[in-house]
Amino acid sequence: MSEMPARLKYTASHEWARLEEDGTVTVGITDHAQDALGDVVFIELPEPGQQISSGDEAAVVESVKAASDIYAPISGVVTAINTALEDAPEKVNQDPYGDGWFFKLQPGDAREVEGLLDAQAYQDICDADEH
Amino acid sequence: MSNAGLPLKTGLYAQHIEAQGKMVDFAGWLMPVNYGSQIDEHHAVRQNVGMFDVSHMTIIDVTGANAQAFLRFMVANDVSTLLPMQALYGALLNRQGGVVDDLIVYRLAQGYRCVVNASTRTKVLSWFDQHRMPDMVFAQQNLAMIAIQGPKAVAQLNQLAPGAVPDDLKSFNACTYQNWLIGRTGYTGEDGVEVMLPEDEAVNLWRGLIAAGVQPAGLGARDTLRLEAGLNLYGQDIDDSTSPLASNMGWTVAWAPADREFLGRDAIEPHRGRSSAKQVGVILQDKGVLRQGQVVTCAAGSGIITSGSYSPTLGCSIGLARMPSAAQGPCQVDIRGKLKQADMVKSPFVRMGKVLVG
Repeated sequence: MSEMPARLKYTASHEWARLEEDGTVTVGITDHAQDALGDVVFIELPEPGQQISSGDEAAVVESVKAASDIYAPISGVVTAINTALEDAPEKVNQDPYGDGWFFKLQPGDAREVEGLLDAQAYQDICDADEH
Repeated sequence: MSNAGLPLKTGLYAQHIEAQGKMVDFAGWLMPVNYGSQIDEHHAVRQNVGMFDVSHMTIIDVTGANAQAFLRFMVANDVSTLLPMQALYGALLNRQGGVVDDLIVYRLAQGYRCVVNASTRTKVLSWFDQHRMPDMVFAQQNLAMIAIQGPKAVAQLNQLAPGAVPDDLKSFNACTYQNWLIGRTGYTGEDGVEVMLPEDEAVNLWRGLIAAGVQPAGLGARDTLRLEAGLNLYGQDIDDSTSPLASNMGWTVAWAPADREFLGRDAIEPHRGRSSAKQVGVILQDKGVLRQGQVVTCAAGSGIITSGSYSPTLGCSIGLARMPSAAQGPCQVDIRGKLKQADMVKSPFVRMGKVLVG
């Protein structure tokens, strides 16, 4: 059973987003996603300063098995990327909601986060995937 | 084979679930892709021992007075060179010289046993049927197969089944133990055996190996192990339109005797020793992962990655590529529009636990 913290917001494409106290939004991939991908070996992150629109391909995660696009859950400017993943991509498997985060965005409109899926709605999507 | 349309399950399905295998559809079979971490499973095979359920592969026995004549016509390698309990690797070619399948042929006390891919079962059975000869029969066998692979594989099996594998059994030789056929063969580049046996006995053997601490390994680890070992995957590195001479399989084509007629010979013989394409190994120097279909460019021209992944042993990405025959040295690979630096090398990358490249 995959973990889905209630404090996070989710997308149907298996990203999570968290509105931080400083107004930025941290983005990563869900426990369900990392489990489905298997061992992660490489992550291509966006450039800091890059303007990204919601739904854009913002990063690529490569597991041993396959490459998968990571989409921006909301629009914004990239303010930080998790450079630690360059040498330790396995953090995505080990701690998808913590050390395995991908990038932070300064949202154009923070209310966009509210429009994402809550944990229950995301759970329902994952359950449906398995049938 | 029955249940058309439904995924097939091997006799070890319950064991995979018990071992928390993540089951995926592979050529119509529900098979474990991993049991947690495919990288851990990979290392277990390279350094110690691991086991794979390969019961989904197709086992076809060929018997009768014309069994040898049939296989000498069907297989580009020459089965008449085999003594009983010896095996060879080879290709079934079509008339255009493309690879219908790659296979291992064992010569048994009577007749031959072919092990072909799971994904090609229907095609190969129909191919055999189209070329059947009088005084021969072929029949798919309802057997399970467990591949036990790694430096400790043989010792581990002998511990559970004392005397099953003679220590001096050579690579590509086979032995029998009770009603099992054990080949010193595999798809990992390590020492090991493949055991063909009845399903109920396979369950007991699997349980015994689990109890002895042997790591079950899934299709994921099987793919990275075979890639490091430079072994082709049918449907990816070779298919009906690729020549064995462009796929690092030239050594499996037995040209002598010159008067042996085999399927595809007329098509490939003019290219013998001067194939316009060849297979090379590729090591990615930049960060990223090589994948099938990426374009590789070098001074001699361009080609394509036929298999690519991450190599747990080398800690970087490796692949196999089909390139112009003069290709060598540095090259560039287009990964999502960015050109990454790579080197072409002779495969295999890893054999018997040793890194052979770089």
